Amino acid sequence: AGEGSGPGPSDGAGPPAPERVLFPPTFSVSEIKNKQRRHFMFLRWKQQQRKEKLALKKKRRKEREALGDKAPPKAIPKTIENQRVYDETTVDPNDEEVAFDEATDEFAPYFNRQTVPKILITTSDRPRGRTVRFCEQLATVIPNSHVFYRRGLALKRIIPQCIARDFTDLIVINEDRKIPNGLVLSHLPDGPTAHFRMSSVRLRKEIKRKGKEPTEHVPEVILNNFTTRLGHSIGRMFAALFPHDPQFIGRQVATFHNQRDYIFFRFHRYIFKSEKKVGIQELGPRFTLKLRSLQKGTFDSKFGEYEWIHKRREMDTSRRKFHL
Amino acid sequence: QVVWSMLGNRQFCSYKMTTKTQNFCRNEYNLTGLCNRSSCPLANSQYATVREEKGRCYLYMKTIERAAFPRRLWERVLLSKNYEKALEEIDENLIYWPRFIRHKCKQRFTKITQYLIRIRKLTLKRQRKLVPLRRKIERRENRREEKALIAAQLDNAIEKELLERLKQDTYGDIYNFPIHAFDKALQQQDAESESESDAEREEDDDDDEDVDKREFVEAEDSELSDFEDMDKLETSSEEEQEEEEEVEEKASHSKSKGKTPLKGPARRKRPYIEIEYEEETEPSSKTKAA
Repeated sequence: AGEGSGPGPSDGAGPPAPERVLFPPTFSVSEIKNKQRRHFMFLRWKQQQRKEKLALKKKRRKEREALGDKAPPKAIPKTIENQRVYDETTVDPNDEEVAFDEATDEFAPYFNRQTVPKILITTSDRPRGRTVRFCEQLATVIPNSHVFYRRGLALKRIIPQCIARDFTDLIVINEDRKIPNGLVLSHLPDGPTAHFRMSSVRLRKEIKRKGKEPTEHVPEVILNNFTTRLGHSIGRMFAALFPHDPQFIGRQVATFHNQRDYIFFRFHRYIFKSEKKVGIQELGPRFTLKLRSLQKGTFDSKFGEYEWIHKRREMDTSRRKFHL
Repeated sequence: QVVWSMLGNRQFCSYKMTTKTQNFCRNEYNLTGLCNRSSCPLANSQYATVREEKGRCYLYMKTIERAAFPRRLWERVLLSKNYEKALEEIDENLIYWPRFIRHKCKQRFTKITQYLIRIRKLTLKRQRKLVPLRRKIERRENRREEKALIAAQLDNAIEKELLERLKQDTYGDIYNFPIHAFDKALQQQDAESESESDAEREEDDDDDEDVDKREFVEAEDSELSDFEDMDKLETSSEEEQEEEEEVEEKASHSKSKGKTPLKGPARRKRPYIEIEYEEETEPSSKTKAA
């Protein structure tokens, strides 16, 4: 009865599909009880849909060519970045309130060139080889940084000592199963603490390149795509790691690129081949970070005041919503 | 006696666990943990154990008189926190008891206190909190990271950013490009409106700029191949300028080391020639010194 103009197959192969099959409008593939027949009809329906779509495309293309210059511009394809749910905390470059906040927050002395960053890099207990090497490489990338091994010392006790010795930032690289997988970045004199999940860490020898190690010059910093307030503060945290006066002679650049809440860190050496072309060569380790939480004070897991925590149930519901 | 011959050795005791080398007794009142005639709480009518609850140690005793009352079978005595005092208390309570039981009780008590001390010490240190990973979430995040990486197009983004900084003159006078940037900005303005830019063109004085601009203007109408030639011509002029810079700044050895291997394929000829020149001079200077 409502099977359309093609015969239902009695054996597994089925007759070859005719060129133009017309299904009556009240027909739905899901109404056939027989699975084999239903499957067959569904495939035929799908083929027909595809043909129609192709024909439509061809028609459109012909129209466009026929119109020539007067054709309407091509539609912009939808990307996740285009469709991003608008975040009300997006920073407007001319926002006064944000500018005022930034002038008075914890990073103001750094941006006013009053303090020079001095960074302590350490790990969790008993670091394994990969983490140790990663720490060393990170120390070469960030100028004025020192690596100390933590032999069972509590962070809460380290922090006052660091402040006493004039460190401005503390980086703790957490390790799990012999690979680094977490990063805690804490601005020391009572500054915010950010906890990241670190993934795809590549050491220097694993990067395909032909260059050498980074020199001692102070690199430039590029911060891409930190749009919201939260992103802005994180961006400032990263910028505060590097001395504020980059040495352009060194031609090194450290990039923190935020894309869909993942922060990619790369370290390159660049050279301007010409007016419009620049060549970059990657040296130094690379890793990606994903922000898990941001605390107001220094590292304190129990009593700290959290400014932002990633809550999976609330924040991961939409694929087009990002927070950084 | 009877109980042991029934349960312990021959037939089935539910507390008994056998392994290859030994028999264990799972009874909680067992003193040593092994299944023996002398340490089975079921088989002995006079028995004592030390057990700890919430950090406090108790001495449990069982006597024949209470064998008929299972609820009141085990008598419990709290031991003092002081180690020596507690040992004395055990002795006091188990006076006239068989030596074996007394000895084993004290041993057990010692062991218990030792592990309690260890627990207390460990809780003072930082404890590692294990947070379970969720496989689905990990996979989801990895996939999203890959897609974000592809969407990010990092190299392009970095290059664009660097070129922007060059245009906005953040590098100052290190590179000699700014002149060309100026030219190109002019050219762009020409494409839009020709009146203003004519006046600006006449203001330029440098010969280099005129030459380059002329080349640029001629190449504008032609195809891409000419563009490439123009690029090479431009780069050659830049190379001359950069060569001068390098000769001046030859003092910083590390920098020249860093620069030369990085130059692109279009410029390969010149740098290689430079390198040879440097190497030739070095040995000569050394021989002179020797």
